[in-house]
Order: sequence, then C-alpha cells, then structure tokens
Amino acid sequence: MENKGLNKVDLIFEKIDNREVLEKAFRMSREEIIREVLDSGLKGRGGAGFPTGMKWKFTAAEKSPDKYIVCNADEGEPGTFKDREILDRVSNKVHGGMAIAGKAIGAKKGIVYLRGEYRYLLPKLMTELDAFQKQIKEIGYDFNIEYRMGSGAYICGEESALFESIEGKRGEPRNKPPYPTVSGLFDKPTSINNVETLVTAMMIMKHGAKNFTQYGTKDSRGSKVFSVSGDTPTPGIFELELGMTVQQFVNEFGDGDTKAVQVGGASGFCVPRKKFAETIIGFEGVPTGGSMKLFNSSRSMYNVLHNYLDFFTEESCGQCTPCRVGCQQLLKGVEKVKKGEAKSTYLNELIKLADTMKIAAKCGLGQSVGNAFKSIVGNFREEIIY
Amino acid sequence: MYQVGNLVKELSDKHGRARESLMPILQGIVQKHNYLTDEAMVEVARELDISAAEVYGTASFYTFLDTQVKGKYVIRVCKTITCSMKGKSDIIETLEEILKIKVGETTPDSQFSLIETNCIGWCHKAPAILINEMPYTELTSEKVSEIIKDYMQK
Amino acid sequence: MINLLINNQKVSVPEGTTVLAAAKKLKINIPTLCNHDDLCVAGNCRVCVVEQKGARTLIASCATPATDGMEINTNTLKVRNARKHIVELLLSEHRSDCTKCYKNQNCELQSLANEFAFGDHILLDLVEDKKYNIDRSSPSFVKDDSKCIRCQRCVRTCSELQSVSAIAVAYKGAHQKISSFHDKPMSHVVCTNCGQCVNRCPTGALVEKTYIDQVWDAIYDPDKHVVVQTAPAVRVALGEDLGYDPGERVTGKMVNALKQLGFNSVLDTDFSADLTIMEEGTELLVRLKKALVDGDKAISLPMFTSCSPGWIKFIEHKYPEYLPNLSTCKSPQQMFGALAKTYYAKKRNLDPSKIVSVSIMPCTAKKFEADRPEMRASGFKDVDYVLTTRELAVMIKQAGLDFRNLEEAKYDSFMGDSTGAAVIFGVTGGVMEAALRTAYEIVTGREIPFGNLNITPVRGMDGVKEATLKIEGCVDAWKFLEGAELKVAIAHGLVNANKIMKMVKDGKASYHFIEIMGCPGGCIGGGGQPIPTNMEIRKKRMKAIYAEDEHMVLRKSHENPEVIAIYKEFLDQPNSHKSHELLHTHYVERDNY
Repeated sequence: MENKGLNKVDLIFEKIDNREVLEKAFRMSREEIIREVLDSGLKGRGGAGFPTGMKWKFTAAEKSPDKYIVCNADEGEPGTFKDREILDRVSNKVHGGMAIAGKAIGAKKGIVYLRGEYRYLLPKLMTELDAFQKQIKEIGYDFNIEYRMGSGAYICGEESALFESIEGKRGEPRNKPPYPTVSGLFDKPTSINNVETLVTAMMIMKHGAKNFTQYGTKDSRGSKVFSVSGDTPTPGIFELELGMTVQQFVNEFGDGDTKAVQVGGASGFCVPRKKFAETIIGFEGVPTGGSMKLFNSSRSMYNVLHNYLDFFTEESCGQCTPCRVGCQQLLKGVEKVKKGEAKSTYLNELIKLADTMKIAAKCGLGQSVGNAFKSIVGNFREEIIY
Repeated sequence: MYQVGNLVKELSDKHGRARESLMPILQGIVQKHNYLTDEAMVEVARELDISAAEVYGTASFYTFLDTQVKGKYVIRVCKTITCSMKGKSDIIETLEEILKIKVGETTPDSQFSLIETNCIGWCHKAPAILINEMPYTELTSEKVSEIIKDYMQK
Repeated sequence: MINLLINNQKVSVPEGTTVLAAAKKLKINIPTLCNHDDLCVAGNCRVCVVEQKGARTLIASCATPATDGMEINTNTLKVRNARKHIVELLLSEHRSDCTKCYKNQNCELQSLANEFAFGDHILLDLVEDKKYNIDRSSPSFVKDDSKCIRCQRCVRTCSELQSVSAIAVAYKGAHQKISSFHDKPMSHVVCTNCGQCVNRCPTGALVEKTYIDQVWDAIYDPDKHVVVQTAPAVRVALGEDLGYDPGERVTGKMVNALKQLGFNSVLDTDFSADLTIMEEGTELLVRLKKALVDGDKAISLPMFTSCSPGWIKFIEHKYPEYLPNLSTCKSPQQMFGALAKTYYAKKRNLDPSKIVSVSIMPCTAKKFEADRPEMRASGFKDVDYVLTTRELAVMIKQAGLDFRNLEEAKYDSFMGDSTGAAVIFGVTGGVMEAALRTAYEIVTGREIPFGNLNITPVRGMDGVKEATLKIEGCVDAWKFLEGAELKVAIAHGLVNANKIMKMVKDGKASYHFIEIMGCPGGCIGGGGQPIPTNMEIRKKRMKAIYAEDEHMVLRKSHENPEVIAIYKEFLDQPNSHKSHELLHTHYVERDNY
C-alpha cells in the first residue's frame, strides 16, 4: 500500500486569477476538458468518490438541449464543514468550476443547492455571484448560476433527493437507474458535483492533470480538504495530500490520547487505535468526504454510537423500510443492551440487521448506517454493553 | 399567529407558481414569520394549485419549515456528536434558565423558541447554535447569556 | 428485446420491462407490497429485492428495468434473509392484532408474515412508542395509522388516479406518516370518500367503516321491515370475495343469499337507475330546449351526471362554480331510499318509521352520501345503512351460506324490475348509453341507430371518451332539435374528471352532456369492490356488465314496467313536482383546502 505521509497542500484556497483559468478552459474543447479531468484521476469529494471525469463524460454524451450542472452544497454529514469554508473564502472558484463543468457537459445552467444552515452566507454569495456573472459575460461565455436553499434535511445531500428538493418536493431519493447523468434535475441529464470537486476541477484546469497526479495515491489522486474536530488541540480545516495513514493523521492532530477516529462522519467508519497504523485514509482504505473526528479515552463510544443512530433515525427520509425502521431498531436495540434489558448477544442480531440495511436500503444513507454501527460495535463492544 | 396578508402572493409573483417554487415560497414565509400557519399553507396551496396536504407533507419533511408555532427568534442548538461532547448540555441548561422554557417550547411573549437540531457544520468551533440564520460558535454559558441578552434588547 | 437470466432461466422481454415483470413471465413469483399495477413505481418497501450478479447491493425488482445480460437470482440466502428482515421490520411498526382486524386473512402484510416471519420475532416492538392515531371521522372509512406500513399506495392513488391528494406523506425518518392536511380529521379535508385508497391498502390501515352489525340488528328486530337494494356493479364482483373468478355474474345467487340473510324484501337499485334515466334524460332535454330554443342564458350547459357521490364531493370542493351544471337528480341509491319510505311503504301498507333501508354498493362514498342532510326527503333518513360489496360477502360468510350452491332467485316486487339500461350504470359510459337509448327514442320516436342498441363509442376504458350524435327525424314535440348534433363526453376516475373540468373551464369543451364517475372504470372499480383491483379485473367486470345487459329482455329504461307504473300511480311524470320533492336534490359549495 502506498503511504505518502502527512503533507499539507495549498490548492483549494490558493489565490488565483479566476478569469485567466476560465479563459484557458473555455479555449479548450469539451473533449479536452473531460480528458484532462479523467487523466487527473479526480474522484468526487463529497464522499462517494465517483470519478468526476466519467460523470462529465456520461452527461456530455446525452443528447438533450437542456442539461444541468448542480453544485451540491448541502453539506450535512456530521463533522464536515469544509464546503462552507470553501464557499465563504473562494466562491469564485466554485462558480468557475461550475462554468467549466457546464462547458464540458454542454449545460448553460448551474444551480447551487446550499443547505439551510448556511443561509447566513447567502447575501455575500449573491454579491460574489453577481461579480462572477459579470466576469463570465465579459469573457463572452453564456452560463448562469442560481442558488437554491435547503431547509434542514440531511438526506438532501443525496443527489436524487437533492433534485426532488429543488423540484419543490420532499427530499426522497429516487430509484436508480436512471442515473442523474441520464435523467437528473427536471429529468434532464445532470452532472451533480460537490463544492470541493468543482474547485479541484478548476485547479486541474489551471495546473494541469499531470501536476495533480503527483499528489496522492493510485486510488486516491490529489489532495483534499479535511474537517478536523473532536478531541484535538487544532480543530479546523486542513488541506492534505491523500494517502496518509490514520496514525500519521493522529500524530498531527491527536491530543496524545486518541482512542478512535471516525472517518467520513456518521455514515463513515470508526477506526480504533489498534488499526491506526494499517489504515490509509482514501478510497483504498477508509474513504471520507472530509469529516475527521477524534475521540480520546474519556469518551464513551456508546454515546458516540447513540448520537449517530439518533441522527439517522431523524434524518432518514423514511420512505424505505430498511432505513426507516432499521434505524429505529438499531437505536432502541443498543439502548436495551446498555440498560441490560437485552442480552449482549442481541448486538449480533443488530449487526445482521445492519448488514441487511447495507444491501437492501434504497439509497446511500440507509446503506451506510451500517458502517458506523458495525465499526463501533465491532471495535468497542464492551463500551456498548457496559 | 400572524396574518399572511399579501406575502404569499408577493412570493408567488417573485418565484413563480410552478411546483419548483414551493420551497422558495415556504422559505420566504418562514424567513419573515419563523413558521408556517395553516392559513399560510392553504394560501400557498391555492397559489400553486396543489393540495394543502401536499404543501404540509413537503413542509413537514424539512426541519426548518416549521408547522408549529415559533417565536421571533428560533434558537437551534446543535446536538450532534462534537457539540454534544463540547458542552451542548450546559448551553441548553443556560438557555432554559434564561428563557424559562424547556427545549421544544416557545416563550409566552413569543420572542424565543428553543429547539435542538442536527449538525450545523461548526464542529471545529463547538458548541454552536443558530439564532434564526445566524451561527454563534465556541459558546460558553457566559457567552450564550450575553448573546441572548442582546437579543432581548432588540 | 432484452435477454436476461432469472434463476438460470432465459427470458426475453421488451426494453423497459422491470425485473419483476420479467420474472412474472417465467412464472417466478417475487413478493411485493408497495407495488400496484395501477400506480407508478415506488420501490420503497424493498420486499421485492433480488440479487443481481455483480451488483454491490440487492436491487428492488419492481423498480429496476431488465438489461441485457443481467443475471438475477430471486431466492438466494441473502435475498431470503433480507426479505425476512424487511417483513419483520414492517411488523415491528405495525399493530399486529390480526385476529381482531377487519382485514384478517385479507391482508398482504399478513400473507408475507406467513411466508417469511412466522415464529419468534427478534426485533423490538415499536408500536407502543408511536402514539398512533385512529381517524374514524369519515362515515365511509377508518384510517388507522397503527396498521400503516408507509407503502404510500394510498397517497399515490389519491394523487395519480384521483388528483385529490387529500392525504400526503408527511414528516421524515421515524416520524414519517401518511397524513391529511395538518392531521385534520378526514371528514374535514378534501377527501371525496371514494375509497380507492381503501381498495389498494395492503393492510388494515384503510378500511371501510362497517355497518354490518347494525344491519344484523335491524334484520333480527321483529318490529323492523328491512328492505335492501343492490347496485348494478355488485352482481358482477361479489363472486370474487366468495371464491369465483373475476367477471362471473352472480345476480341470482346474490338475490337468494340476501333473502336467506333475512331481508324482508330484496329489491334492485337498477329500478331506480331506470327511474334516474327518466328524470335525468328529461332534465337534459328541458335544459337543451331552454338553452337552445328559448335562449335562456341562466341555463347551465354542459349538464353533468350526478350518480357518483365521490364525483359530487369532488366538484363541490374543486369546481363549486359548476354546481349549477350538475343534474339535480339524486343518485339511484338515494332515489330508491326516498321511494322506499314513501311509495313502497304506502303500497305495502307499512309504517315508514319501521322501515330500515339498506343498500349494497360497490362504493364507500355512498355511505357519506346516505348521511348527507339533504337525503331525508321521506321525512326519515332515506337510506339507513350502506354496505359495500365486501361487507355483503362478509355477511354471507357469517351466515354460513353455501353461496356456490345457492339456487338463483328473482328480485322482489315492486322496485325490483329493471332493464339492461340500468345495469350498465355500473360501468363508465353506462349512464350515457342508457340516457341516449331513451332520449333518442323520445325525441325521434325511433330506436337509437346502433347495432343491438350497443352504443360502442361510449364504451371502453379510455379515461376520457367523447361522441357526437346527429339527431334527425324528430317527432313534433322535439322538432327544434332537428339536425342538432348532441355532443357528449365521459370521464371516469377523478384524474380524468379533473381533465374534463379543466377543459370546460378553459372553454375548450363544447359538450352538452358529460357523464362522470369517480372511480376508474366506473362503479365496477368502486372503492367498495372486492380487493384486489387492477385493469384486467376491471375489464372482466365490465364485460360481465355488458353480458348482463344483453341478457335482459328489456334494454331501455322507459320500458321498465314498474317505472311506467310509478309515474302513473305516484309521480305523475318525470320532473313533476313530486319528483322534485323526492328524487332531486341540491349541492353544497365546499372549501378546496
């Protein structure tokens, strides 16, 4: 396994001449842009990690006069706050990335879906968007961006739920196929990309795919922004090269007493101390949209698990059985075990249930509830029981 | 209770009357009045030519589109893990004490509502709250008391 | 064509076919819950998950299109375990008081539990924490949230088939539920009581409000004279609840069964359907004369039929400005009821206060209709109890009747005679056809020029149908209609009613007469009919109705001897003062929200 160590990078927040990068990109053909992004090996930064170039290629291949580029700024994963920071500091690069993506896929319209919790940013973003639209008009490129607000629903970060929400409906994930690249927002071909992905794509346009591939590993190219929180002396936003171990991460950010790191938020994985050294942060190990939470030995992993399950029980959209009822069962189940009202072996039944949720739930939310559940119960069983 | 008056019509004129305008319209009402009355939802249904049950069904999906009475200032205390680890309970206790209400309640003068909410994206500056749209972070009991006192002056 | 393998068997299906449908072609049964033939795909219950070779997760077979080279297994250990879990999860949110439940042994969840989740359950019971609501406010049905499994069939029905959306999915996560507007009682929202949701609910969450016990009490009460009327569509569907295949006509056995149950008199709504044609046909001709000849601007055209109480409540809520366009005729059920406690009572020398009037209907909205304050023309409640087709089947079972081996019996008299024109009231287009058979003959003195009186343009399952009839060779009294083209339209299912109403509202419809039935297919697809329902079943019932019509000696309402008699003895003539008193009604403007 490649181990790149912990290296700080300055790409996402790097000050650039937006116009220069855009003009460069607009001189390229659609195929050239997509080729560049494919060559970079960029995978989506929201957490799922779908190759961005592929997504653009599929959307570009659709023959529809109307297509959309949607920026997913519904950052709801507990422990993630990097997209807010990116929008706050370099929204011009987010808008630029959207325009470039728009050119690549053949979309004239971009929509940013911003979570309701970040509404306070909107006035500033509107001003910056105006400047951006002016700039792009000067360049002579036809592309329009609109902001749509969420209103407090974690599930709307799921791409098809996000489309439903923009369409004025309950944010319930759709059946797939069809995938968004074929039938997305308003049933039109849509490329939906995370905030950071779009900025990264813009930076790939600036520096070239070759430059990007110098960073990271074969499976996890480049660098990404991490949101670091929990028991750490230095919480905050850090852009790091991909390919470090959890140990290296803990060495940098831990408080000297780290017993576990939750990588990828509530839907991610819990890595216990004994696995720090062998676990790579990236798609070959534990993937993450950026959420890194450190827990020291004073913390009860039961409380952590309970908090996550409570979160999912509330934030499941509720439409599919495995997720809606499964989350309630896992939550009540661990409560019963903790209280001694159910035998500790009941946890084994709950693990089986979590396995079913993983393969039978309709969308990524329900499918990933089992990640945290199994990795916490698997590694901290005593803390759950006693 | 507030009167919706022309607000729904104005919002519908601004955002349009297609289904996709439902969220911006509801958000517009909530921005002004903090929650949706039955009357407001009926007006929206009328403008958009959809059923009132659909408006309610959609609104109730979204935590911030409240269909229960809320005060002028809605205080949302993040209860997700980091804030929970970093003293959320103290913040709640302080707020309950100052406002003399429990979580889920609204002050009798309809000024403040106190509720818990899921992760608001300030884990590195926990504990955090939102008052209406504005985030307040790295809170302590003292800090949150000051903030609320400021709001009480408003 | 798409070629795929299911359980190692090859199958070819057209593009767009779901895995579920492809499996069905191989006679491989995959269990489903949220899936319904009449509704769009939901894919939310997950009971139909199957394993696809190479896929990371199981896939919902109802929601996944078959693709070339796909390899599917429907019965692996992984699938079975997941399915068992899913059924148990559903049961953990569901109040499983099966032995006390109205839907006992007629419940899709129960059947699945029998297959997948018998014995000890591992999961925790969540029901007690849920504070479920039971809404008994509607006279037509009960909504018991503790039985709901959130499959959303009801919500899709109310929206897709009926364009009403009186209920919607509300809240999310553990709190998700099916709700009216802000949890108001169903009696206080735009619900039409059509019962299409009841017809499609896989559990006991939505069931008709039953009056079986009250009817038994009346039958056993020696002081009471209990008359029963049976709607046209009941006779072609009742069999389904008693072991027959869809589309079997059981009229004679049903009549006998009702006699065995102890009803004092078994009469026929078809009689009053014929009467409706006399009243409504006359009303139409009068309106046409006033509008076309007299130029009376106050006359509202097109005229709408008024037999379907779901449709009536729909227009009262949604298009109240068109209430003057509704025929003032009561529905056949209510005409019958008004006459039962007047004409019938007089002829049989009975005290009307001692008469209990029961109707057997394919409909849940009829329960609401009977409760309307307008429906007391006799001085009493005209129809005391309305039972659905399903409830009658329950009574027949309760009485231990061997239905299959019952002799066929004939309706009692009077108000038991009918014609083929009345029986076709049970299908979409039927009222129109019956009206045309009579009206044309009144106006021209000749039979309507269609082979064997079958007016095929108004038949069939198209959502909106239209026809134009040129009127030639009028008799003297109706000479003013000479050469006129009568334009008619027919819609069934409220989604189609809504379409036609929008056309009318936009001035895009130049019809004179429009028949509207609230339920898909008309009364044969009514909310009180046997469960399940789908297009195939409705078509079989429809075929049976037309067979029943052809089988009748008399095929035109105005030839019904009892109808002729009642005008002679009691009503004088159609639209007479007495008719208006007993057989006509008015409507109420209702809030649309």
